Amino acid sequence: MDKVMFDIVDEPIQVGELIEKVTRREAGAITTFLGTVREWTKGRRTLYLEYQAYKPMAVKMLEQIGKEIKEKWENTEVAITHRVGRLDLSEVAVAIVVSSPHRKAAYEANEYAIERIKQIVPIWKKEHWEDGETWIGDQLEQVPYPDGEPTKIGKGDMS
Amino acid sequence: MITVLLFAQLQDSIGKEQIEMEASNISISELKERLKSTYNLPQIDHVMISVNEEYALPGDMLSSGDVVALIPPVSGG
Repeated sequence: MDKVMFDIVDEPIQVGELIEKVTRREAGAITTFLGTVREWTKGRRTLYLEYQAYKPMAVKMLEQIGKEIKEKWENTEVAITHRVGRLDLSEVAVAIVVSSPHRKAAYEANEYAIERIKQIVPIWKKEHWEDGETWIGDQLEQVPYPDGEPTKIGKGDMS
Repeated sequence: MITVLLFAQLQDSIGKEQIEMEASNISISELKERLKSTYNLPQIDHVMISVNEEYALPGDMLSSGDVVALIPPVSGG
């Protein structure tokens, strides 16, 4: 397939174009997940986010996730685009689309993709809060580092 | 020569996107130790390492020309 199914971009994500990439006659379901910029996190207000990626490796890891999905769920097509740079509130940071003949696989595979992104894809998010800034350093987003430095190893399977 | 790429908080704390190191035939653990003492990076114990865009293990050996990246816990999505 010549289409770019896994991509890192610095412009707004065109969700319609992404959906077209997985649209095909065998499909009876297409699930779309959009990760968007949230204003409030545990009482703290976000003004905007900044994402950074190790681009060539991030694309490779997205491709790997695509491969894992095809092994786990038969006859699925996956496309993922992650955006980097500055993102304002409600903008789309990541879009995942999965098509499959029946809806169950499309739902399950889509959730699997976002979980794996948070484990293995070298992309980092910097929160620009109302009262400071922090690189978020934990895959599960449970442990921000107030000094901007990790103090413990993150959970998650990094294999 | 080994190229070391820095991201996120590591990039901020060193103030560079990459470092060139005169080294070959050293393990990833040895490279980490060197970086830690040269640049005062205590947090390096908690980063993953990739070599030429693939995740690598502490015992893996590096050769001249390799591109190493220090990968702090990721937070995409």
